[in-house]
Amino acid sequence: MLRTLAAVTALGLAGALAACGGGDDDATVKDSAAAVIQVGSVYEPQNLDNTAGGGQGVTEALNGNVYEGLFKLTDTGTVEPLLAKEQKVSDDGLTYTFTLRDGVKFHSGKALTSADVKASIERVTAENSKSARKSNLAVIKTITTPDDATVVVQLSARSISFVYNLSYIWIVNAAAKDLTTTADGTGPYKLGEWKRGSTLSLTKFDGYWGTPAKNAGVVFHYFTDATALNNALLTNAVDVVTSEQSPDALAQFTSNTAYKVNNGKGTTKLLLAFNDKVAPFDKPAVRQAISAAIDDKKLLTSIWGDYGTPIGSMVPPTDPWYEDLTSVNAYDPAVAKQKLAEAGLPNGFSFTLDTPSYDPHPTAATFIKSELAKVGVTVNINTITADEWYTKVYQKRDFQATMQEHVNDRDVVWYGDPDFYWGYSNPQVTAWIKQAEEARTTDEQTALLKQANKQIAQDAASDWLYLYPQIVVASSKLSGYPLNGLNAQFFAYDIVKN
Amino acid sequence: MLSYLLRRTAILIGSLVLAAVALFVLLRLLPGDPANALLPVGATPEQIEAARRELGTDASLPAQFLTWLHDVVTLDLGKSLISTLPVGPEITARLPVTVPLTLAAFVLAVLIAVPVGVLAAARAGRWYGPVLNAVAQLGIAVPAFWVGLLLITAFALRLRILPAGGFPPDGWGDPGTAIESLVLPVVTVALVMSASLIRYVRSATLGVLGADYLRTARALGSSPAQAFWRHGLRNAAVPVIAVLAMELATTFLGAVVVESVFALPGLGSLLVRGISQHDYPVVQGVMLVSTATVLVVGFLGDLAQRLVDPRLRQRGAS
Repeated sequence: MLRTLAAVTALGLAGALAACGGGDDDATVKDSAAAVIQVGSVYEPQNLDNTAGGGQGVTEALNGNVYEGLFKLTDTGTVEPLLAKEQKVSDDGLTYTFTLRDGVKFHSGKALTSADVKASIERVTAENSKSARKSNLAVIKTITTPDDATVVVQLSARSISFVYNLSYIWIVNAAAKDLTTTADGTGPYKLGEWKRGSTLSLTKFDGYWGTPAKNAGVVFHYFTDATALNNALLTNAVDVVTSEQSPDALAQFTSNTAYKVNNGKGTTKLLLAFNDKVAPFDKPAVRQAISAAIDDKKLLTSIWGDYGTPIGSMVPPTDPWYEDLTSVNAYDPAVAKQKLAEAGLPNGFSFTLDTPSYDPHPTAATFIKSELAKVGVTVNINTITADEWYTKVYQKRDFQATMQEHVNDRDVVWYGDPDFYWGYSNPQVTAWIKQAEEARTTDEQTALLKQANKQIAQDAASDWLYLYPQIVVASSKLSGYPLNGLNAQFFAYDIVKN
Repeated sequence: MLSYLLRRTAILIGSLVLAAVALFVLLRLLPGDPANALLPVGATPEQIEAARRELGTDASLPAQFLTWLHDVVTLDLGKSLISTLPVGPEITARLPVTVPLTLAAFVLAVLIAVPVGVLAAARAGRWYGPVLNAVAQLGIAVPAFWVGLLLITAFALRLRILPAGGFPPDGWGDPGTAIESLVLPVVTVALVMSASLIRYVRSATLGVLGADYLRTARALGSSPAQAFWRHGLRNAAVPVIAVLAMELATTFLGAVVVESVFALPGLGSLLVRGISQHDYPVVQGVMLVSTATVLVVGFLGDLAQRLVDPRLRQRGAS
């Protein structure tokens, strides 16, 4: 009886949403184009503005779905034109001319013009912007709009990742007032309703310029408890979970043909980050010793079972400059002891490891402590909150060693910044990374970043413990969902429910 | 009675002000800054400073407190630092989940605890009296989230007759689904709450059953049941009412855990999120509302006790 009631309600809801999106009252749930995809996630947006601290959740829900950039980062890691139809780069690499696609409309009905593009980029570089991309766009000197369909950007230095960086920048309606609770983009969906603490719905946008979404809409359901999220999937309250955070729950899905567990390629690295500026970690030999003393593979298995990937450096496999470097400073306690002796610390030493209080850091810290004890190094685990990490470690640099997950793709370039929190300073690496950014071709860029990546691995700038798995679990009736979750995005428009 | 009422109201207001100060100070003692929740790794020092200025967390603590107090007195709970939305409407939007959950669980708990407690006391000599008591003991030891998980496993995952969690996007606009979503959480909270209540009811009843006036009533011809019903229950109710007021408050706060297990968009989840992000206005707002509720319920409990027990009224008047 209650099941019937729930089913009727679900039908009603789907019908209502389909009606909002397509105005097609006769749509039936059997028709996959009328299906509303129910997505489960633990990342609720903090607000809806990605320049005002919206967080990972806002990217997941809105990037590519509601908002589009001039370019897009595909699920496989390539950058493709989206709202830009054409781009021309001057010979000196300093002037970019973008021609906008015709017939693009915002959800409010206004046509996209070059003024919107200019305003959108300026939102990210504005003084009060909280965007992580702000520093990447510091190379922009001027933005001009000779006509409605043309945007000319003048750079102060060559920047080969400029186009890639533009894929993070949402083109918003310049006239839109409050984007923290409303949205006005050009994507295949418009924002439905955001029930804070519960759901966020998107409905198909009929005036979309490109290939329309293959479903009538998406509802993101937000959970604070991973078990509650998995239970929702088990009871068909959601169709897909964007990112499983623990392997414990996976067995119930792998053993059930009604579900598909997808092992995608992640970009999140778990780092044991040393403060490379302070003793004893200012000596590469000490860092190499620590790296060699920890059995990363065993750690990965103890936390993720058969999932995840050992990684020898900062570059994840989806970055174009990836190289398997797991053999550099590989696990070997004998080498570790020898390196310690080389560094003048044959009897070991002790250090404090600032460990964020949330999973998997405490588990990993305990493992590291026991591994390092075997080579005579004593670890004092100091548990801190995420917030303390930000203040103590990131801002004040008041630490010896810490653990942190670094989620972004293409973030090896941080090792070129001697002022970054881990304080790694190798002029050669800094120069390579700078040259890579100013490279003329992507081949040149790739070659330089490969070199830099190899060098940081040899210097053991940090110890890269492992690469997180990116696990999407979905009902087997679902297809067309993204697998790799790069930059935390989750394109919903190709999802089909049979 | 009037002077008591005035005195008790003065205490209520005094406690509220003290609670507000304590809340503010305790929150500021936590290390960290809300600007951190807004900024990603890679933020420049300038971005961090700009964010602190914007949020007002660079002002002195007394200045921040006065601003907040002024706002509270004018019934403005401020704006969330993270979502930039006003806190007042944010809290009212969560009440349709938390209030029905708390009240329904409370009523259900009383409906379970009173008969079971009385029975456990009245039949202390039979085999099931002690058994009921032991079951209640066990209930106290079991955490609410575990009961919740068991109920989800049984009714949502195995029998599939109730949802495992969530609340309909339309809220009470979709009453069938809304009620369905609240069944398991209400039962969870009620079971845990009734366990401790049973013990109070039992001991209060035991205390009354041996009383002289019941013996007298029976000597005057009442049956044991009549005597208890007419004279015992009312006497046993006095200590239980005091406990009930406290229990209602605990339920309200206990909903935090249960809401998370059942993915309910109530005050609890708002609070948890606010704390993890150092969203001071949200945490202060939710805590102030909950503290006020607890204090007001305690106040009403005290008044109710006086209405039930004339002896307390007389003592209060003297």
